[in-house]
Amino acid sequence: MKGRAASGWAWAFLGLPLFGLLGWLLPSHTESYFMYVVGLAGINVILAVSLHIVCGLTGQFSLGHAGFMAVGGYTAALFGTKVIAEYKLLYLSEPASDTILFLFATLLGGTAAAIAGLLVGLPSLRLRGDYLAIVTLGFAEIIRVVIENVETLGAATGLVGIPPLTNLFWIFFWAGTTVLYAKRLQESTHGRALLAIREDEIAAEAVGVDTTGYKVRAFVASSFFAGVAGALLGYYLTILTPKDFIFLRSVEVVVMVVLGGMGSASGAVLAAILLTALPEALRPLREHTGVDLRMVIYAALLLAMMLLRPHGMLGRRELWSLRRRKTAPQPEVAP
Amino acid sequence: MTEFLQHLVNGLSLGSVYALIALGYTMVYGVLQLINFAHAEIFMLGAFAGYYAASWLPAFSREPRFLVILSLAMAVCAFLGVVIERFAYRPLRDSPRLNALITAMGVSMLIQAIGQLPFFMGPSPRFFPELIPNVTLASIGGVALGSLQAVTLAAALVLMVGLHRLVFHTRLGTAMRAVSFDGKTAALMGIDTNRVIALTFMVGSALAAAAGILVGLSYPRIEPTMGVLLGLKAFVAAVLGGIGNIRGAMVGGMTIGLVETMAVGYGSSSYRDAVSFGILILVLVFKPSGIFGRAVTEKV
Repeated sequence: MKGRAASGWAWAFLGLPLFGLLGWLLPSHTESYFMYVVGLAGINVILAVSLHIVCGLTGQFSLGHAGFMAVGGYTAALFGTKVIAEYKLLYLSEPASDTILFLFATLLGGTAAAIAGLLVGLPSLRLRGDYLAIVTLGFAEIIRVVIENVETLGAATGLVGIPPLTNLFWIFFWAGTTVLYAKRLQESTHGRALLAIREDEIAAEAVGVDTTGYKVRAFVASSFFAGVAGALLGYYLTILTPKDFIFLRSVEVVVMVVLGGMGSASGAVLAAILLTALPEALRPLREHTGVDLRMVIYAALLLAMMLLRPHGMLGRRELWSLRRRKTAPQPEVAP
Repeated sequence: MTEFLQHLVNGLSLGSVYALIALGYTMVYGVLQLINFAHAEIFMLGAFAGYYAASWLPAFSREPRFLVILSLAMAVCAFLGVVIERFAYRPLRDSPRLNALITAMGVSMLIQAIGQLPFFMGPSPRFFPELIPNVTLASIGGVALGSLQAVTLAAALVLMVGLHRLVFHTRLGTAMRAVSFDGKTAALMGIDTNRVIALTFMVGSALAAAAGILVGLSYPRIEPTMGVLLGLKAFVAAVLGGIGNIRGAMVGGMTIGLVETMAVGYGSSSYRDAVSFGILILVLVFKPSGIFGRAVTEKV
């Protein structure tokens, strides 16, 4: 256990700067369309892995990830247009000040989303899982309706003038942090409790797991990262519209988690990259027929996955433990 | 006072539609413990079935046109409901509930997405034909009762009374209630649970189709995504009444319809869709089992 913990920290101290270096070396997303898509894939990775915490680890079903993303995105974006664009920290150069304020903005977005997650999660997570799906769905719709009606948030036309501070470094940094968090969580006592809830909520409660408490905490953590992803998206696109947070977005994230294999963080990462690339690959088809088949494909994928291969691509295995699996086979998914 | 009574009439008319849809949710939840997301799409398909029946089949231009089209749409949707149950839900009967829920979501999305393709219904809204002329039937002290409202209320009432008789006074209804009470034991007692579940889908889908036609009459703009919001609100109605409880769904639907109409009438219309979700959250916080539901202790 100690060795595993040490390897986790090694990941944190070696892996993150490596990601950062990569982000710095690669061409900027404003210059190359490929890199722009890579950035979007990174943001999707954050979303997918954050939903994996709720869906894959805890076995709950949230359909409102776009809502938490919107809360985080708009909070950070508002901070960006009102503070970062106007002020500068004392004694610091413009870029340095912007960077620090931007980091603060992403954290602010994440925190706002986490608070929203707490407010939504507390009433619905006391009950059985399927209520969460409906409440989160409803919440995401309410958030969108509110944004569409509030002038300060740009209403339906969108919030413009967000400073373009997200670069690939920050996306990689947060994607790495999210994956690392999910991995570390999974291997901790806390994560074991979550897995117990996923496997059998009643049994978990019977052996003394505070099921509601753990579920709410997992949900809040997940919302935090969704908020961060929203913040990154705002500073990436420099404009946020309510259209960025429609129901389809939540569905997209669910499909990523299901496709990757519910219970596998690395599966979610792979699926996020795959599903970001898919519309790009389908672009010729779309231009040829003029039909956006994304929704049909997502739905068909979801159904086919559930009916034919409910474990997803990786099941509950992780890329980093594929070697270990040979010595200790994973138990089959319980019926 | 006149204004209040008028809102009351409008609210009851809207509420009866919610109630019809909520019944399908609650019945399926009763027998399968599954939120049938595709139910909202069945409702949408019901409206479109009526639209196509009315515009394509000249034979139906004779009276009683409305009744013929209504029963046709109900038959089509009953069939679709059974098909969905057979091919999407039955294979997953024994898998984890989360998988069934995601499948239901997938079916709903697939129907919606295919409906939006240009060679099916297309993304742009269509306009439901005027099957019944919109006239004011009666006006009592300034409160107007339109023909559409009267038809909606009457049709919903007939269907709900029929359903009530079916569930509480027939052998099939007894079987349904037995399966919803305890599926495994019901099967041991010789009830063909698969058949009962299929019939439940059939009845629920037929009611949703009727709701689709009634909505098409009063709000003629129909489009492939029309089911989402209405379906959600109907689900809220089912939860409010106590999910799995048939009388609860009727009362819940009426309540949601009334509250929404009052909120729009006396408040602002831009937040009309937020009202029902507010109600949902209040129900979940204070009485998760709903008005008529009893608290269920989970069996291990």
